[in-house]
Amino acid sequence: MDLAPFLLLAALEGLVQASVLTLTALGLSIVFGVMRVVNVAHGEFFMLGAVGAYVCASLLPGPAWLTFAGALVMAPLCVGALAILADWAMLKRINYNPEATIVSTIGLMYILQQMTLITFGPNAQAVNPPFSYTIRTPWFGYSSYKLFIVLVTIVIVIALWQLLRKSRIGLLMRATQYDKDTAQNFGIPVARVYSGVFAVGAMLAAIAGVLIVPIRQADYLMGHDPLLLSFVVVIVGGIGSIPGTIAAAILIGMSDGLLSVMLSPTLAKIASTLLVALVLVFKPEGLFGKSARQ
Amino acid sequence: MDTKRKGLITTRRGALRGMGAAGLLLAAPGLVGRAVAQSGDIIRLGAPFHRTGIGASYGRWYEQTANAAVKLINEAGGINGMQVEMIVEDDGTDPARGVQVMEKFSAEHKVDAVFGHLFSHVVAATAARAGELKMPYFICSEAHTLAAGALNRYVFQPSITDVKSQVISMAPWISQNLGKKVTLIYPDFAFGYDHRDNFTAAIAAQGGSIVANIAIPPTETSFTRYLPQIPADTDVIYHVMVGPAVLTFVKELGDYLGSSGPKLFGFMDSLEAVRTDIEALSFLEGSYFWEAMPRYAQANQTEFDKFFREKVGVDASGAAVGDENDVSTYSHMFSVWETLFAMKQAMELSGYKGPDQKQAMLEAMESITSFAESNEFPQGDKVFNGKTHQSFGHQNISKVVSGKLEVVYRTTIEETLYEDEVDYTTMSF
Amino acid sequence: MMSPSKKLLLLCLAVLAVLFLLQFVMPSYFVLTLTRIMIFAIFAMGYNLLMGYTGLLSLGHAMFFAVGLYASGLASYYWGLPLFWSFLFGIAASAAASTLIAFLALKTQTVAFMIVTLMFSQVAYLSILQFSHVTGGDQGLTLPPESRSFGFLGMTLDMTSEATRYNIAFVVFAAVLLLTYAVTKGPFGRLLIAVRENESRTEMLGFNTYVIKLVAFVLSGTISGVAGALNGLIFGYIGSSSADFGNSIEPLLFTLVGGAGTLLGPLVGTALMTLLIDRLSGFTTAYLIVIGIILIVMTLWLPKGILGTVRDRWAKWLN
Repeated sequence: MDLAPFLLLAALEGLVQASVLTLTALGLSIVFGVMRVVNVAHGEFFMLGAVGAYVCASLLPGPAWLTFAGALVMAPLCVGALAILADWAMLKRINYNPEATIVSTIGLMYILQQMTLITFGPNAQAVNPPFSYTIRTPWFGYSSYKLFIVLVTIVIVIALWQLLRKSRIGLLMRATQYDKDTAQNFGIPVARVYSGVFAVGAMLAAIAGVLIVPIRQADYLMGHDPLLLSFVVVIVGGIGSIPGTIAAAILIGMSDGLLSVMLSPTLAKIASTLLVALVLVFKPEGLFGKSARQ
Repeated sequence: MDTKRKGLITTRRGALRGMGAAGLLLAAPGLVGRAVAQSGDIIRLGAPFHRTGIGASYGRWYEQTANAAVKLINEAGGINGMQVEMIVEDDGTDPARGVQVMEKFSAEHKVDAVFGHLFSHVVAATAARAGELKMPYFICSEAHTLAAGALNRYVFQPSITDVKSQVISMAPWISQNLGKKVTLIYPDFAFGYDHRDNFTAAIAAQGGSIVANIAIPPTETSFTRYLPQIPADTDVIYHVMVGPAVLTFVKELGDYLGSSGPKLFGFMDSLEAVRTDIEALSFLEGSYFWEAMPRYAQANQTEFDKFFREKVGVDASGAAVGDENDVSTYSHMFSVWETLFAMKQAMELSGYKGPDQKQAMLEAMESITSFAESNEFPQGDKVFNGKTHQSFGHQNISKVVSGKLEVVYRTTIEETLYEDEVDYTTMSF
Repeated sequence: MMSPSKKLLLLCLAVLAVLFLLQFVMPSYFVLTLTRIMIFAIFAMGYNLLMGYTGLLSLGHAMFFAVGLYASGLASYYWGLPLFWSFLFGIAASAAASTLIAFLALKTQTVAFMIVTLMFSQVAYLSILQFSHVTGGDQGLTLPPESRSFGFLGMTLDMTSEATRYNIAFVVFAAVLLLTYAVTKGPFGRLLIAVRENESRTEMLGFNTYVIKLVAFVLSGTISGVAGALNGLIFGYIGSSSADFGNSIEPLLFTLVGGAGTLLGPLVGTALMTLLIDRLSGFTTAYLIVIGIILIVMTLWLPKGILGTVRDRWAKWLN
C-alpha cells in the first residue's frame, strides 16, 4: 500500500484509540484531580461496562441498536452505583488516604475481576455493533462504527465540559478540588461531592467499556491495559487538567498507532513507554499541566 | 457427577487440612502435613489446570474432560485395581505459579504423576522442575519444545500432535489448494515462532514462499494498523492468534479486506471456546481451518467421537449440552482424555503399584509405539515415538460452511512425521 | 530495662533461630514454601526500605528483581559462570540498574514517581520479550543441570537439594535482615524516616535529601536484585513474568500487610500472603477474591499492617 492511505489508516486507528482512552482517562483524571486518590480498580469499571453491554445484548429483546442504546444507559448507571457503594464502604472509611486507597482498590480490582470470572466465565464474548456498515476506500475498508465511537466521545466530552464549567455541580467539584477544608467550611457537602465524583469517574470508564465491546469483545481481564494507559495519559496531561488529559490521550493514542507503523510492535511499545517516562522525568508536572497544588 | 463431587470434596478436605496446617505452622510444626502423604491403595494424579489467567477458557474444559475420563476409569475398576484420585490446582496460567504447583504435587500431595498443562511458557518452566523432582509429567500442550529435545526424560506428550507436525501436514494442502504466496500472521512469542519457522520451511519444500511475516504482540487489542503489511500479491493469509482479541482480529481483517481478499487459512487455536456461527465471524465463511478433532460432529462421525461427546457433555456442535453459547475447546481437550488413558496403559504395562515404580512406568510409556482409535482414543489412531516422547496423529482441514466447520481433508499420520530431533531414552532418569 | 533497638535485635535473632530450626521439623513441602517465602521476604524488605522507611512508593520494583534474576541467570547460562560469581554479578547489575533509574526517577515526586517507576519497569519487561533470542522471551530459560551446583569453601553445594536451597536462602535472608537492621537503626535510618515524615524540614536542617533518597533507592533496588538473583539460581529458571506488573505489586502488598516501616513486617506479610494463596488455590478459584477482601479489611481495620498495629498498640520498640 502507498504511504498516504497507510498513514490515513494509522491516523483513523489512532483516533479511535484516543477516543476510548480519553473517556477512560478522563474518569481517572477527575477522581485523581478532585479526590487526590489513585483508583487502581478503574480498569475494572471499564471491564464491567463492557460485560454489562454483553449482558444487555443477550438479555434485552429488540434489534441490536436498541439493546446497545439500552446498554449505553444501563451499564454506566449500574457501574456508577457500584462506585458509590465502594466509596461508601471503603474509601470514605479510610478517609481517602492515598496509600490505603491504592491497596484497597487493588483489593477491589481482584474482587471485581474474579466475581466476573465466576459469573460471566473466562470466555471473551462478542456483542454485535448497533450498525455494521463498512466504509470502502480504494485501498481498504473501514468500520463506520469506529467513527461512531469518536463521535460519541466528542459529545460526551463536550457535555462533561459544560457540566464542569457551567453548572453548580461543577462549581462544587472545583471548589472541593481547590481546597477541601475551606469548601467544607463553606457548607459544601464534600462527602457527597467525593462520592459523586467517584461515580462519574467510574461511569466514564464504563461508557468507554460499552463503546469498545462491539469492536473488541468483553472478557474479565480486559481492564488491565486501559488502566495502565490511563495512568500515563493522566500524568502526561497533568493531574486534574481536563484539556491536558484530552490532549495527552490524543497524543498517546495517535503516536502509538504511528510508531508501530515504523517500528516492530514490541519495539514501538518500548520506545513510546520510554519516551513518556522521560517526558515525566524532565517535565514532572505533565506536558500540559500547571504544577500540581499539594 | 459422582467422581466430580468426590474430587471436589477430597480436594477441599485436603485444602482444609492444609489450612489447619498453615495455622499450626508456627505452633506445632512437627504435626503438619504428615497425614496428607500416603500411597499404595490409590493412584493420585496431579492436575494443574489453567483455571484463571489467559488460559482459563481452556482450563475449564480440560478439567471437565479430565473429570469425565477419571470417572470412566474408576467405574471400570481403576488402574491395576487402584482407584484414581485427581487433585486439581490452579496455576493461573503463570509459569512461576506452575512451578510452585508442581512442587506442591510432588512434596505435599505426593502424586504419582502430573498431567494437563497447556500453555507453552508454563510447560517450559514446569518441565525442568518436574525433571528435578523426578515427577512423570504429561503435557497436553502442542508445544514442539518437547520433541525438539529441550525438556527431559520425565516429560511426555502422548496425545496431541505438536505444532511442527501440524504445520508440516498442512503445507502441501495449502500450496495445492489455496496458493503458494503466503502471508503469516502470528502472535509475537514462542508459540507463534513455532508456527513461523516450521511453516516457512514446510511451504518452501512445496515450492511456495512467505511473502510477509506479521508478528503481533500478545497484548494487542487492535489489529487494523498491522493489516497494510499484507502484500497485494498474497494468495493465502495464514493466521494463528490466541487470546480474547481473536474476534476483533477476524472482524478487522474482514472490514479491511472486504470480499475480494486472499484466501484464509487459520488454526483452530484462534477460535477455541468461541462460536463460529456468529455475525462477528461471518467474514470467515468459506475459509479453512486446521482442527485436531472436528468440533462439529461430521456425517461420518465415529462411535468413539459420539461416546466422547456424551461423556464429556458436549453436543454435536461442540458446545456444552444445553448451552449453545458455552463452546468447548474441542481441538485440544481430547488430549486430556487420551493422555489419561495413555498413562493408564503405561501403568498397566508396567504393573505399576506405587511411586517407587515410576521409572518402570516411564519405560513402559517409552516402549509404546501406537494407540488404536477407540473410546479411549476418540481423536483417532496414533503413532507414538518413544524416543521423542511425542505422539503423531491425523489432522483435519475444515471449511466454514454456513458458520459450521466441515472437514474437507483428513491427513494421514505419515504426513505429520518428521525426523527425530532427540532421543530421550539415552538420557538418565 | 533493655534499649528498644536491642530488644528488636534479639527478636530478629530469635526469628532467625526459629527459621533455621523449622527445616528440621517441617515436612518437605513447607520447607520449599519457606524457601520461597524467605526469598520474597528479601524482595519485600528491599522494597520496605524505600516505601516503608523513606516514603517513596515505587510501582516498578519488579525491574530490579528481574535485573538480578536475568543478569545472574544469563551469566550462568551463557558464560557458564560459577553460581557464586553469577550471584555477585546479578547483585552488581541490579545495583547499576537501580543507580541509573534512581537518578531519573528521583527527579519526580509522589504520583509521578509511581508512574515513572512503573513505566521503566514496563520497558524492562517489554525488552525481555523483544530480545527473546537472548532471554528466551515468554518461555524463559532453564539453567542446565551442570550449572546447578557449585563448590564453595571446599563444599559442593547442589541447588537441586532442598536442604541446600533452604540454607542458602536462609543465610542470604539473615544477612539482609541484619543489614536492614543496621541501616534502619543507625543514623542513616533516622534520616530516611526524617525524609518520610517531613522532607522540606530535613532539607532545612542542612541535609541533602536528594542524596539520602538516592542511597535508599539504590540500596532498595539492589536488595530486590539480590532476591531476584537468588530466586533464579536456586530454582534454575528465569522467566519474563518476574518483570511484569504483578511482581511489582507483590512486594507492595507483602509490605503493607506485614506493616510498612517495620523491620519484620515484610517477612510476616510475605509468609501470610504466600501461605494463604497457596492454601486457597487448591480448593477454589476464588482465592483472589479472598485476597481482595483481606486487602480491603486490612486497610479498613489494620491500616498500619499487622506489625505496625502491634507496634502502635503494644510494643513501641518493634520498629
